[in-house]
Amino acid sequence: MVYLLHPLTLVTFLPLLGALVILFLRAEQKNLARWIAMLTSLITFVISIAILVQFNPQNPGLQLAVNLPWIQVAEWNIHFHLAVDGLSILLVLLTTFLTPIAILSTWTAVEERVKDFMVFFLLLEVGMTGVFLAQDLFLFYVFWEFTLVPMYFLIGIWGGPQRMYAAVKFFLYTMAGSILMLLAILWLGIQQQSFSVPELIAKGGIPADLQIWLFLAFAAAFAIKVPMWPLHSWLPDAHVEAPTAGSVILAGVLLKMGTYGFLRFNLPLFPSAALQLAPYMAGLAVVGILYGAAVSYAQKDVKKLVAYSSVSHLGFVMLGLFALNPLGIQGGILQMVNHGLSTGALFLLVGMIYERRHTRDMNAFGGLWKVMPVYGALTLIVAMSSMGLPGLNGFVGEFTILLGAWGAGSTGGPLGSYWFAGLSALGVILAAVYILFMFQKMFLGPVDKEENRNLKDLNWREIATLLPIIVLIFWIGLYPKPFFNLMAPAVDQLVAILQAASVAGLP
Amino acid sequence: MPADINASILAILPVIVLAAWASILLLIDLFFLRKRPGVTSALTALGLLVSLGLVLVRYPQTSSAFGGMITVDRFANFQNLLLLSSGLVGVALAHDYLKRLHLLRGEYYVLLMFSLTGMMLMGMASDLIIVFLGLELLSIPLYVLAGIAIPRPNSAEAALKYFLLGAFSSGFVVYGIALVYGAAASTGFREIIAAVNNGLANPLWLLLGAALILIGLGFKVALVPFHMWVPDAYHGAPTAVTAFMAVGAKAAGFAALLRLFVLVFPSLAQDLMPVFWTLAALTMTLGNVVAIAQSNIKRLLAYSSIAHAGYIIMALVPFGQVGIASEVVGSVLFYLVAYAFTSFAAWAVVIALEQNDETGLNLEDYAGLGRKYPALAAAMAVAMLSFTGIPPTLGFFGKFYLFRTVIQGGFIGLALIGVLTSLVSAYYYLRVVVIMYMRPGEPVVRQNVWLQITALGSAAVVVLLSVFAQPALTWVAQAILQLL
Repeated sequence: MVYLLHPLTLVTFLPLLGALVILFLRAEQKNLARWIAMLTSLITFVISIAILVQFNPQNPGLQLAVNLPWIQVAEWNIHFHLAVDGLSILLVLLTTFLTPIAILSTWTAVEERVKDFMVFFLLLEVGMTGVFLAQDLFLFYVFWEFTLVPMYFLIGIWGGPQRMYAAVKFFLYTMAGSILMLLAILWLGIQQQSFSVPELIAKGGIPADLQIWLFLAFAAAFAIKVPMWPLHSWLPDAHVEAPTAGSVILAGVLLKMGTYGFLRFNLPLFPSAALQLAPYMAGLAVVGILYGAAVSYAQKDVKKLVAYSSVSHLGFVMLGLFALNPLGIQGGILQMVNHGLSTGALFLLVGMIYERRHTRDMNAFGGLWKVMPVYGALTLIVAMSSMGLPGLNGFVGEFTILLGAWGAGSTGGPLGSYWFAGLSALGVILAAVYILFMFQKMFLGPVDKEENRNLKDLNWREIATLLPIIVLIFWIGLYPKPFFNLMAPAVDQLVAILQAASVAGLP
Repeated sequence: MPADINASILAILPVIVLAAWASILLLIDLFFLRKRPGVTSALTALGLLVSLGLVLVRYPQTSSAFGGMITVDRFANFQNLLLLSSGLVGVALAHDYLKRLHLLRGEYYVLLMFSLTGMMLMGMASDLIIVFLGLELLSIPLYVLAGIAIPRPNSAEAALKYFLLGAFSSGFVVYGIALVYGAAASTGFREIIAAVNNGLANPLWLLLGAALILIGLGFKVALVPFHMWVPDAYHGAPTAVTAFMAVGAKAAGFAALLRLFVLVFPSLAQDLMPVFWTLAALTMTLGNVVAIAQSNIKRLLAYSSIAHAGYIIMALVPFGQVGIASEVVGSVLFYLVAYAFTSFAAWAVVIALEQNDETGLNLEDYAGLGRKYPALAAAMAVAMLSFTGIPPTLGFFGKFYLFRTVIQGGFIGLALIGVLTSLVSAYYYLRVVVIMYMRPGEPVVRQNVWLQITALGSAAVVVLLSVFAQPALTWVAQAILQLL
């Protein structure tokens, strides 16, 4: 019983409890469902803060572990193993932080089947938190695959006109990658007699040629999720059709599951494959940065613009991770958080204007700043953060990544060429182009459309959903040290594993 | 040897009870209960429960009966529990359904029990004659059951097709048995094994015989290319019969296949492994691909059941590798459990939506179910996710176990085909969910408490038994085949 009250079990499964309670409400009790969901997610957030307090940043290893035998039949050796370390703590916090915000954003946006919506939303939180905490490959896969189900329903029931197509596409694309990972997990479990991630890392000893295959099988699942170019085509559909809260979580957290997967599994489990494949992965990342930025510029639908900008931003994260040095990886992790905050906020902002005007076509707007000054100001801050203005969070992440990629570019470094850093710096400029273009078109100039004259500015609830994010945008932008401190030892340990592999791999 | 006879009778007591109960019920129904059909179903359920109790009481014990023709080991007992549960579900599903369709015949229940005795015998068989006896005892009542909805033309067609191809397949089995007898001079498993080990068996006849038996049983469990009868039989038969047939006949067929090939014919692995491999690949691929094109839920589930036979036979591909024999048996049994409970939930929902004039079976008829009948829709959604193999459902754990066995056997290519066809299957299973939850509609549902219990209970088992899978897996792992 004591394990039920362990902070990690609580933070994972408390939303499940909330979902069960909501399940027993009547369909008419909309407000009660909202309040219970909100309360549950807030308590979950408080628990995650408690975890942060107990977390020792100096310790590079796994902390606060719960490790129970789950299935112990015929050498299956599967454990219910949750633990947190420097690589995952920020992502857990991001999840528990964004969930209540997303729920608050649905207060008036979701009026149909509120009860079901909240149940699926809380179930989604269970899956996401579980993904970031699981230290057993089987358990990880269960959580990973499970997140598909609630997200599929959220898109498919509460989404836009093309929701069914988008929901099924999302499901099938993601599943296509995961089943290849499942085979690799099975193979590892049989060969190494263990599904425990720390044990597998410690054991090592997988021959280099096999590592490549296993790396690719895992990468199939993660690259689709990230999504890396050219596997991104599910993302615009899913994002555009998903309800606002769904997009926030999809961009804010679900995509991070992909980048986190690379960080947690691909790099330490298959280090020599990671070293060998780093230039290719980084190459795809750079293509993604430029391609995402270019396609964003071409969009008329502002939600699509934000969706494609995710492809570009996550390209930066991938570039940072595959720089395989402390700067790059730290920047990558921080950029995961940054993207969750700024893109999450952008989707919230898009949702707010959509609720008022029921269109997302940029040409339908103009001069919004004059009509809705608060909305305009908040959008400006978030947009600047997304394009990487110094003083805001995006700059810190992207700059660190570029430093890392530059450092890895020397001859003999993991990337072996300065082109990676050079070309991706171009992406920063392109980001400024499409973001400023969008801002100018929607907010500046005269109010030339009749429908826009009487739009109401944001109300207190809407400001309250954005404010916590904006605080963090400034905090990370001005004083990122505490965030780097949380992950530095764990990242150093990861890099040490990679270096050991690179030394061993020398002829 | 009276003592020996007593022990033998005790060993197969669950089967005897069932057969005797069925015979008595036939009379009771004829004379007393024409007017009160509810009593017949209650009495049938009682008989099944008694038999279930007898199996449970003697569960861990193993015994050999009738001079070694029958083996009651943990495998057989586990199999019997599964079969009797599917019989109970068959009764629960039929109770209201038969009344609605004006098919009130006590024979339904009697035939179901007779068929069950055949299924149970197949899992316990240690002699080819008993395999054949069980096969016929299983099949003949099922032919009748498929046609019990006469004068519906579909039902008659189903019965005829099932009967013709079933009789054809029995011919393969008999001929195979004859060849094996010719090779080993015996039909007893122990004697055949001894003959093989001593090098006395003619290898060619033995191989041919085993292959013919595989074909015959392949018809029963619906392997491609022996599957042609399945869609029509599943579609035309009354749905309660389809549900029982889909689970029971498949489980019994695989039980016989396991006992024969893992225990008796492992020496033929060299020659037969490629055959199994091909059957598995064909069955998984064809079943899943053709299912995409179906618009009738019964035909969709029929093709899906073919596909699942493919997954199960996949685990039998390494049947000759002694080191992982227990994995082969365990994974097949566990998958049968997963498949059974998932099917129960799905078929219960199908029956709830079926109307008396055979409408309500198109996928479009499920539109709006999620909103109007959330409980039934949830049960169906769980079933679809479990069939796809998404955690946390039994279907996922079942597939995990199967794929694990296949990879342990060294067949990564086959496992790859398996996961890729699972992806294909996700498409059509999800379509059901999409229609239920994302399309507006006014579904018409026949409410019945037993249907609800079956649907929700099975769906709950599918989820809970996967989260707490340890006990079920332990049982399965202990359900090893024995040669007594």
